[in-house]
Amino acid sequence: MSSLRTYVIVRTLMTIPIVLILLTLVFIILRVMPGDPITSMVGMKAPPEYIEMLKEKAGLNKPLIVQYFDYLFGILRGDFGRSLIWGERPVLYEIFDHLPATIELTIFGFAVSVIIGLITGTIAGVRSGTKTDNALRIYSILAYATFIPWLGMMFQLIFGVYLKLLPVSGRIEPSLTIDWKPITGLYVLDGILTGRLDITLDALKHLILPSITLGIVLSGAYTRLVRANIIEVLGQDFVRAAKARGLSEIKVLKHVLKNAFIPVLTMMGLQFAILLTGAVLTETTFSWPGMGTFLLERIKYVDYTTIQGTIVFFALFVSIVNLVVDILYALIDPRIRY
Amino acid sequence: MNIVNAILEKLKTMGLLRNSNALFKAGIIIVAGIIILSALAPLLTPYSPIVGTGDELAPPSLKHPMGTNNLGYDMFSRVLYGARTVLTVVVSATLLSMAIGVPLGLISGYYGGKVDRAISIVMDSMYAFPSLILALAIAAVLGASLINAIIAIAVVYVPTYFRMVRGQTLSIKSLLYVEAARALGAPDSRIITRYVFPNLLPTVLVVFSMNIADAILTEAGLSFLGFSVPPPTPDWGADLRAGHSFMLAGYWWLVAFPGLMIMLLATGFALIGEGLSDILNPRREAVG
Repeated sequence: MSSLRTYVIVRTLMTIPIVLILLTLVFIILRVMPGDPITSMVGMKAPPEYIEMLKEKAGLNKPLIVQYFDYLFGILRGDFGRSLIWGERPVLYEIFDHLPATIELTIFGFAVSVIIGLITGTIAGVRSGTKTDNALRIYSILAYATFIPWLGMMFQLIFGVYLKLLPVSGRIEPSLTIDWKPITGLYVLDGILTGRLDITLDALKHLILPSITLGIVLSGAYTRLVRANIIEVLGQDFVRAAKARGLSEIKVLKHVLKNAFIPVLTMMGLQFAILLTGAVLTETTFSWPGMGTFLLERIKYVDYTTIQGTIVFFALFVSIVNLVVDILYALIDPRIRY
Repeated sequence: MNIVNAILEKLKTMGLLRNSNALFKAGIIIVAGIIILSALAPLLTPYSPIVGTGDELAPPSLKHPMGTNNLGYDMFSRVLYGARTVLTVVVSATLLSMAIGVPLGLISGYYGGKVDRAISIVMDSMYAFPSLILALAIAAVLGASLINAIIAIAVVYVPTYFRMVRGQTLSIKSLLYVEAARALGAPDSRIITRYVFPNLLPTVLVVFSMNIADAILTEAGLSFLGFSVPPPTPDWGADLRAGHSFMLAGYWWLVAFPGLMIMLLATGFALIGEGLSDILNPRREAVG
């Protein structure tokens, strides 16, 4: 137990330099790179007084080193700056307004990708070397090479435009939420919590196309990983022993699956960054009011402080998720210790 | 020209041409096909990709095999010329990341120590960050243009090369013949260029083609979000963005073909990478 505690402490401490480096990188990208962000975002044609005013407001007129420490200490205090255009609203509030939409989408997208990955990966692993296995290998390559907005649009075309079965944009039918206050911001959950099952159902209906789009594209990686694990576990002694004892195929497979799933967990940390990238594209395709849509909208309006705050938030978010995944993995696998 | 000879020798011993498999061949056919089609674009279509034909939103027909868009641009022509834009951005960007990432990885892996730890932690932090969001931040600050899209994508993929090259260098460095060379008094520069680097080549090649596939999707993502080449430059991702609202009104050909091309080209490079990795590590295929 004590070695587990050491691992958790060391791993948590290791997050500090990583976060510091990410914050510095964000600063370098936004402030130090040639050209100044406000001018290139507003465009050269904007009146110079307007550009000066925006720079002053964003604190860009101070010496770089002062800006850097203002920025670091601000984040340390939980101050992500204030919006340049939206009535000086704290950026963090705005982020929390949009975060639940992204979390809901990524949870469902992730679930779809793991389910598809587990099924296709298990089949490919059990039938390794056959035509089915080869076909699934091609599937995993194609899934990986699919451009998310394109797949999303094809779904919109079939299920929205032609069949008129599913909504093609947004999270919920606006008329349903007129006198309804969400609690967590995750609409599927909030509908249940407030006893409004119609809201849960409508939110689920809106989630189908975006999460399947995101899930299919990300599933290819899981197909491969699960396949490789299944093949490895199938060759282990305990499986042969179980078969020799006359255990049914299904029961053997249950043990195999349990063991094959553990490495999938480790990949979740790395997959999370890919999931967020995918979410930005999915959100834009389905007008999903999450973090990606929010960031792009503010880039368009040159809300510089909000852009910086949002990117910093992404950096912190990714680092924390990676930390949590690593710790979870250490809990499951006793070999990971310091 | 020691290095060039070493590389040529290495490629020969890899037996690239003799042992190519189905995946590799399929990938080469797809990629070469798209390159040839885009090079021959002026011969294949009479229309310019950026001049209206007068026919607006015309469905696919013999005259316009992929239809026309809302401005009357011929989509077939835009798809062919778009390949040039995509390939220019993606190949320049990945070559640039390779030119930075490979030497950094070699130095970091070979010399180790504090420098190695410092570079490694920076690269690992960048690697963990969502690639499209990083590219988006860079492109937004620099402004939307072809060169800036190349820079943004190049920065994002430096860690991919660094991590792979550093890892490989660490294992090659401890091989007997490298130690023998060092014992004989060969200088570091000679060991790196003559013994370590040529042995990295197979892996660099695999990572390069996989990386191009990934970069195609990142480029498409950037231009779909409006941060690559400005209109009316033909570009697949940008055409998806421009055609989206028309697609919702039923004009599917504005987005269907550019999106298919993104998938096809990315698949082509991914297949080459897969095939190469099978050829170079035949054992892996047998085991699974």
